Amino acid sequence: MSVVTARARLAPVLPMLGRQSYAEFIKLFRVPAFSTTSIVLPAMFYAFIGLGQAKQPLYHGATVTFGEYFLASMALYGVANVMVLGFGISLANERGQKQDVLMQATPLPAAVYFVAKALSALVIAVMAVIVLGVLAWGAGGAHLSASQWLTLGLRAMLCSIPFIGLGFGLGYLASPNSAPAVTNLIYLPTAFASGLFFPLNLLPQFLRDIAPYLPLYRGAQIVWDSVGAPTEGGSLTTDWLWMGGFTVAFFLLAFWAYRRDQGNKFN
Amino acid sequence: MSTPVVELAHASKSYGEVQALQDVNLTIEPGEVVAMLGPNGAGKTTSISLMLGMRRPTKGDAKLFGLHPRDRRARSRVGVMLQESGVPGMLKVREMVELFGSYYPSPLPAAEAIRMAGLEEKAGSLVKDLSGGQRQRLYLALAVCGNPDVLFLDEPTVGMDVEGRRMFLQEIAGLASKGRTVILTTHYLEEADQLARRVVVVNHGRIIADATPASIKARVAGKRVSFATAELLDPRQLEGLPLNSENVEDRRVRLLTNEPEAVLRELFRRGVAMQDLEVSGADLEEAFVAMTHEEVTG
Repeated sequence: MSVVTARARLAPVLPMLGRQSYAEFIKLFRVPAFSTTSIVLPAMFYAFIGLGQAKQPLYHGATVTFGEYFLASMALYGVANVMVLGFGISLANERGQKQDVLMQATPLPAAVYFVAKALSALVIAVMAVIVLGVLAWGAGGAHLSASQWLTLGLRAMLCSIPFIGLGFGLGYLASPNSAPAVTNLIYLPTAFASGLFFPLNLLPQFLRDIAPYLPLYRGAQIVWDSVGAPTEGGSLTTDWLWMGGFTVAFFLLAFWAYRRDQGNKFN
Repeated sequence: MSTPVVELAHASKSYGEVQALQDVNLTIEPGEVVAMLGPNGAGKTTSISLMLGMRRPTKGDAKLFGLHPRDRRARSRVGVMLQESGVPGMLKVREMVELFGSYYPSPLPAAEAIRMAGLEEKAGSLVKDLSGGQRQRLYLALAVCGNPDVLFLDEPTVGMDVEGRRMFLQEIAGLASKGRTVILTTHYLEEADQLARRVVVVNHGRIIADATPASIKARVAGKRVSFATAELLDPRQLEGLPLNSENVEDRRVRLLTNEPEAVLRELFRRGVAMQDLEVSGADLEEAFVAMTHEEVTG
């Protein structure tokens, strides 16, 4: 006969979340292909494209420099990159290796798993922004006030939230083999089309027409504003509302994709 | 009576056209060590999936500790080894065990779970660097690290070498002797015999026998005697023979027996004209088929 001793029925959630977040973080961090590209890539783009003309004014008579403007662009590019690729590709891979099957049999609540994934991606995004910021400050001579630095960091992180939903959705929709291609195919062109690498007025007209409907375009207005660079026009409130809308839409997509995958696997 | 650990009540499961389980009734009480035995595709894994709430029964009901199998309170008392599952390659063995331990209310120290699985030397290695057998031991460590009341082991010794298997079975026997409930699937009769006090034989989605290992063994260890007859065989010719099963199709006769010599002697004595006589060892699959619909009690 079994001896059933009195004991707690459920594990406390916070320590579980702590462990899970740590595990998710080192899982990402120990893959050099991911950690170096996510953390170093935005800084590298800044060095190649932005550094040469970093100290020049953004336009004639402007107080804001090209370096500061491009710092904001790359901060947004970097954090969204971590969310879409980190979340998307790692989820697709884990599904491909059936890691989710064993997890499903444990008492780990799905919500803890997803929050841990989001937290670990946010930490890597913060690291990317810090590396970029140090480069822009040290080599690019970016002169932002303390509150501007903080605002930029905070806004970049906030703007990354809809991309968590997008990465999550792609992770459940794409197969492990196609995930890197699909995410890059979606992410890189939209970054260009949103004016993150080249100002929109240098891009062909049809891209300029599409741009306002892209989440990175809306995010770009928000981060450019934080360093005092001019936006494409329109009110910042509208941009925030768009970002809110994208967040809802992408999380709904993610939820739908998750349910679809669970239905396929566990019914 | 305490609450049963597992209850399947009229549980059926179909995947599209394929009927994987048909009207299965099974109750497992605390402290039992049960082996589910059957050929590939018999429905063993599907049964386990229903018990664990990883799949929903098409018809009928599945309960774990009297709760819905997906209930966290039920899950928190269960450790599992699954056949087709993966673990993150970029975590170290110790990290992995500590992580899984945190899912459970009163886990074992990670070092103890690792020791039980015989993985001490690999505790600091990345999971991706483990061999197939070591990976299987990691799954054992993950199954026991939550200090569960019940262990579900789906074909746990697949991919293990002889020594690993021996150690593994010893460890499971140790857990069982401490009052843990163990439910394992296997297609090795000897594995079921070593560990279990109750063997549930599954074939074609049905439970065809539920008895002690000894009585199952008596059924399965037999020989197959098959021959053709010139005339259609009179069923009375087979009466009173020590047969486990008989199957007469047209002029083809297939018998399953533990005493082939006695059966043949008697058939000759009765003057049955046999052609194309063959005596061979019955394979497990055939023994399962022979058991279909026979209640074996022991």
